[in-house]
Amino acid sequence: MEIGLIVLAIMLATLLGWLLRQSFNAQPWIAEPVEESASQAPFNARPKLVALTAFLAVATSFFALILSAYSLRMELGDWIPLTEPQLLWFNTAVLVLASVAFQWTRNVAVSGRASQIKPGLLLTGVLTSAFLVGQLIAWQQLNASGQYITSNPSNAFFFLLTGVHGLHILGGMYVWARATVRAFGGRDAAAVSHSVELCTIYWHFLLLVWLIIFGLILST
Amino acid sequence: MGYVAIADRDHEIEHHDPQTFITKYVWSQDHKVIAIQYAGTAIFVGVIALILSAMMRLQLGFPDQFSFINPENYYQFITMHGMIMVIYLLTALFLGGFGNYLIPLMCGSRDMVFPYMNMLSYWVYLLSVIILLISFFVPGGSTGAGWTLYPPQAIMPGTPGVDWGIILMLASLAVFIVAFTMGGLNYVTTVLQARCRGMTLMRMPLSVWGIFMATILGLLAFPALLVSAIMMLLDKTIMTSFFMPAISSMGVDSGHTGGSPILFQHLFWFFGHPEVYIVALPAFGIVSDLLSTHARKNIFGYRMMVWALIAIGGLSFIVWAHHMYVSGMNPYFGFFFATTTLIIAVPTAIKVYNWVLTLWEGNIHLRVPMLFAIAFIFTFIHGGLTGLFLGNVTIDLPLSDTYFVVAHFHMVMGVSPILVVFGAIYHWWPKITGKMYNETLGKWHFWMTFLGTYSIYLPMHYLGFAGVPRRYFAMGNTEFMPESAQDLNAWITMSALFVAATQVLFFINVIWSLTRGPKADPNPWDATTLEWQTPDTPPKHGNWGHDLPECHRWAYDYSVPGYEDDFIPQNVAADVAPAGRDHGGAH
Repeated sequence: MEIGLIVLAIMLATLLGWLLRQSFNAQPWIAEPVEESASQAPFNARPKLVALTAFLAVATSFFALILSAYSLRMELGDWIPLTEPQLLWFNTAVLVLASVAFQWTRNVAVSGRASQIKPGLLLTGVLTSAFLVGQLIAWQQLNASGQYITSNPSNAFFFLLTGVHGLHILGGMYVWARATVRAFGGRDAAAVSHSVELCTIYWHFLLLVWLIIFGLILST
Repeated sequence: MGYVAIADRDHEIEHHDPQTFITKYVWSQDHKVIAIQYAGTAIFVGVIALILSAMMRLQLGFPDQFSFINPENYYQFITMHGMIMVIYLLTALFLGGFGNYLIPLMCGSRDMVFPYMNMLSYWVYLLSVIILLISFFVPGGSTGAGWTLYPPQAIMPGTPGVDWGIILMLASLAVFIVAFTMGGLNYVTTVLQARCRGMTLMRMPLSVWGIFMATILGLLAFPALLVSAIMMLLDKTIMTSFFMPAISSMGVDSGHTGGSPILFQHLFWFFGHPEVYIVALPAFGIVSDLLSTHARKNIFGYRMMVWALIAIGGLSFIVWAHHMYVSGMNPYFGFFFATTTLIIAVPTAIKVYNWVLTLWEGNIHLRVPMLFAIAFIFTFIHGGLTGLFLGNVTIDLPLSDTYFVVAHFHMVMGVSPILVVFGAIYHWWPKITGKMYNETLGKWHFWMTFLGTYSIYLPMHYLGFAGVPRRYFAMGNTEFMPESAQDLNAWITMSALFVAATQVLFFINVIWSLTRGPKADPNPWDATTLEWQTPDTPPKHGNWGHDLPECHRWAYDYSVPGYEDDFIPQNVAADVAPAGRDHGGAH
């Protein structure tokens, strides 16, 4: 459980530190005119970004706990390291490219070059779909070589981790699809731009999660 | 970018008034309606869980008198009672119910930040409840694995509900977690982003602080339950071996290899212990506001109360293995977890002292909500003290499988939060419905519930010391137990049935109030917090009419010297009324 504990400790420490900083010198019993206390307000109103950050914390907790379980289960006698399909390297590269493409789209969107958003979004969608298809093929290759989910706990964890990671990407694809439809509809440029910004963060996060998962599978 | 609270940017948050009955009361995106939907559903399943506990008590008090209770049923009753009470009643009621109702109103915003997701959260929660209830009617019935669902027995033949019950249970939990996450993201974002002008974090009422911290705990802890539910589902349905060791049952090999049941316990309690505080922190917060309001005094040590909530939230993640002492562990681990467990008593004790000091020399009005709030202090101290016993490895080992533990967790996690739930319902009832309840009926309800629950759980401590084991369907020939233990069990059963029956008074009061209750004053308790200052009672869609409130002071300006009334609402400007120590001085 050390992994889960450390990750959670870092997240909690960040949050608690922030809360304490907000509250440390406060003297709440003193009434003040609004303007004065308003200037101390801790936030710029960006609710979707805050909600996404909170969701990333939830997802971090989720993946960290599976990895904790992985490390605990690994120590038991029946663990046989997985022979990874070589395809995973290719998939990783595709996901990196998807992340890069999203970052490029975001930069384009933020700097206001709206005409280039559409190809950016399409490219990202193609790359991300390619990653998902690649993962499914990797599953099939494993099954074809007789490495089923039940064959060994290392297989079970591989299928579980890639499965839930893929589901998270699918969730991101839903938002991506909405942004793309909007971008092609030509309405709501600000909303599209905001969506792209948030998606970029989410894509980078899922890339990071995948790199950690892949690294762990390779090294054990 | 300058400070622009979302609440101020009216044009960005659409709040068209819903027109039809359907959009107003069924598919509603109004946080107040969603809160009532959440609370109603939670109380409905809570009543089912209450009936289940009455059935268990019938068997324990009068063994073998009732043909409709067999051992299989008994274990199903235990499991569903525990699971429903902890998750589908208390978590949903405190966060989905009170969280939804109070956060936007107390923070001075028009609604949750994401109203559509808020609506979705309720309907997904309802789906999880329906899945749970279906499990009563599938072949084999609901699962009887105990609310902790420990493998291997949870998915081994011989456990009730092993075919369908356990699958539906795990699926229902997963769905619940999705619902909670949608709600939780809303609560956190609303608190962080949608407070009205002047409502700094340290001016928020403690109710909001408690709900806020509990939501954060829930968001970080529920994934552990989700992970264990998914893994157990895979173990059950496609025969992976995450948790299941190589095992054979009645000569039949289960087909699993080498999994670790202890791994499940770690994951489960990594969720399970914070869950205690997911229920407790909102109760702490709400009780603070109830005590302060009805004692006409500012809460003692507001900042300490906030920091104690934060500290308890942080500590609650590093005590989980104290639920696993009897599973066996490295003695150093046991020492570590015993130490952290006892440390958590420090911020908790700070809170208890501050509640008592808030009452000290207060102008106490013993109205129904106040009675429940004061009773909470009693039951919570009681349950907390037995927690100090059980937090120590050496004392926990002999007591762990006895009724002492049942008494402990029911006092601390059953009776205490439920008393706060009732106190909070009575307190906010006039605002929610616009009607007053019957005070006399409420007081009868309080005294019977309070004394009745003591009559149930106090004797259980003695049963536990006498060594009466928990979880047993029948005691059989256990000679070490005195015969009087059975008499005590009969007494407990009668008390439990009595308390269960007296809850009817609450529902009578609800119906009486809704049909012929007098119209409520907008602020019947002379409270300071913003929800009592709404232009309409009950508040209309959008809460605040045309103009949003501005917050000028904290929520605890009661009995301020030099001011005519004994309370100053949070939206009264600073130059209109002097406040606190800077002007008033002599506290």
